[in-house]
Amino acid sequence: MLVRFFFDLRAGGVPVTLPEFLTLLEALEARVATLSADDFYQLARVCLVKDERHYDRFDRVFAEHFRGAEKLFSAFGVDVPDEWLRALAERVLSDAEKAQVEALGGWEKLMETLRQRLREQQRRHEGGNRWIGTAGTSPFGAYGYNPEGVRIGQAGSRHRRAVKVWDRREFANLDDSVELGTRNFKMGLRRLRRFAREGADYELDLDGTIASTAKNAGWLDLKLVPERRNAVKVLLLVDVGGSMDDHVRVCDELFSAARSEFRHFEHFYFHNFPYESLWKDNRRRHTERMPTDQLIRTYGPDYRVIFVGDATMSPYEITMPGGSVEHWNAESGATWLGRLTTHFRRFVWLNPEPAARWEYTPSIAITRELLAGRMFPLTLAGLDLATAELRRSPAAISPLPPP
Amino acid sequence: MTQERFTGSARYIATPELAMAVNAAVTLARPLLIKGEPGTGKTQLAEEIAATLGRPLHEWHIKSTSKAQQGLYEYDAVSRLRDSQLGEGRVHDIANYIVRGKLWEAFESDTQPVLLIDEIDKADIEFPNDLLRELDRMEFYVYETRQLVRARHRPIIVITSNNEKELPDAFLRRCFFHYIRFPDEETMRRIVDVHYPGLKRELLAEALTSFFRLREVPGLRKKPSTSELLDWVKLLVAEDIPPEALRTEDSKKSLPPLYGALLKNEQDMHLVEQVMFLSRRAR
Repeated sequence: MLVRFFFDLRAGGVPVTLPEFLTLLEALEARVATLSADDFYQLARVCLVKDERHYDRFDRVFAEHFRGAEKLFSAFGVDVPDEWLRALAERVLSDAEKAQVEALGGWEKLMETLRQRLREQQRRHEGGNRWIGTAGTSPFGAYGYNPEGVRIGQAGSRHRRAVKVWDRREFANLDDSVELGTRNFKMGLRRLRRFAREGADYELDLDGTIASTAKNAGWLDLKLVPERRNAVKVLLLVDVGGSMDDHVRVCDELFSAARSEFRHFEHFYFHNFPYESLWKDNRRRHTERMPTDQLIRTYGPDYRVIFVGDATMSPYEITMPGGSVEHWNAESGATWLGRLTTHFRRFVWLNPEPAARWEYTPSIAITRELLAGRMFPLTLAGLDLATAELRRSPAAISPLPPP
Repeated sequence: MTQERFTGSARYIATPELAMAVNAAVTLARPLLIKGEPGTGKTQLAEEIAATLGRPLHEWHIKSTSKAQQGLYEYDAVSRLRDSQLGEGRVHDIANYIVRGKLWEAFESDTQPVLLIDEIDKADIEFPNDLLRELDRMEFYVYETRQLVRARHRPIIVITSNNEKELPDAFLRRCFFHYIRFPDEETMRRIVDVHYPGLKRELLAEALTSFFRLREVPGLRKKPSTSELLDWVKLLVAEDIPPEALRTEDSKKSLPPLYGALLKNEQDMHLVEQVMFLSRRAR
């Protein structure tokens, strides 16, 4: 009977392995749990689930298996990413909103609608219609739910605000506190780490000591070297909002991975393309902006710059003054990108769009040209290439032609 | 085999789930990995297990520079080199220069000890992988002295993590896992009762309502947790704040008194002030 349960768990998305299952049986044999369903449930969870994110799935499989309850899981898990619904359920609704939910036929009805909407939305995305403007229409607008409110993988953020103002475009602050599957990214980013020696002498240099002791005819001569310290400086410029909505999750992961890997790490946001100013905090983006000029003056050319963006927009937003979708820019995006790339010699652009689609999007082609081809897909392989590019010494990089 | 069962203690409230996790780990002598929001008593758990079961406690606090090898042993080459210069006799035995780590100490213990590996996520991401065999077989090999160190009694290992880094699957497979959920109001009442038994019921009820409302403010970077609540209650008692000051109506309008104990960064304070301001204006 438990063997079935084991396979049900695996089918339900809980990554259980055989040794863990055997551990559970061993624990049962050792009578850790008494003969009560609660005890068994707790024991099984302790043995089989290794991540709090899987608790929910485990609970569903458990309920289904041991009570033959409704097949909730198949209805939920297959079509709609679990996290989407969870993020929604975790929202803090005000009393008025709860009343509204009741008026619409209760929570069940609403979830049903939501599920349906999400399905529609997925299909639409698969169709590849990502042009500026379309992402702003909300599938849940009628209910006062903004899809931005159902931010993937970012439970408990700014949902409330998104609910209230559904038609003003809000940008999710890429959260550096969540860390979902960042291990892979870290492995890639670690290659970027450059150890440089700086600081006070306080580590024994064994090789140096042996060499100089031998030179001293066996009399000990200690040599010390500065501690190894990660001295890579990184500037991360991230596109938020608009067509990037689809990629929020993957960028989130990159962001939290990057944060813990580098000693000097700064991030800024832009929308679609870098223009004359950038900002650090999406909540205060209209008041606290950093002029791009100042950014260039503040951070030296020893910073490596990583742009993250899908570069998917109207070509005018890059090439023409005044092309920006949200303000009047006196100089074109291409000019500003040119200034950034001449100052920071080492830079890459990571694009979450699949590389196969790049050549069909004119704006991506233009951006790649401006970057002298240093655009890489946001995958592990792409990160490898990107870090290899960033590790090249500045002397080896030929300067870009002036824009 | 009969084991004493862990059910919490006079100073520590353990939910049935947590008690089950601990008992499973104790019975099968497997490591127990504890995660949960900061301040929910992860580190304290090990101390309480040791105290209730009457076992010695070994603590190994992990830093970002910690290496797995440091937990096993270190070879102090520099001392040996110096001793050889001074012509000391002990230089001939390499075993004199093997410095034992926390894991070794725990393995050598005469009774079954409790070993706390605190904040394992602070270390390098390869750290847990380097401890796989040691945690699985409870043995390791000292290359310098060609000696196999095996645990006399498999220690009860409690590992805590703050989720700053993802732990490797191979490591997770070898552990029991429990996520300490944030306590509900009832459990919280018991926790506060245990720490401040003389507290006026009224004050406690008001403080808890105020506290849970603060936790519900969306977007807080660091939600106040149990340990912060306890600090806050201590302050409230010390300052002799009357329960009326914490009343629902008041706290809607302004921040609760001594809120510095609950909110730990500037952005959060701004955010809460903003929410308060909006709710005042909405009236």
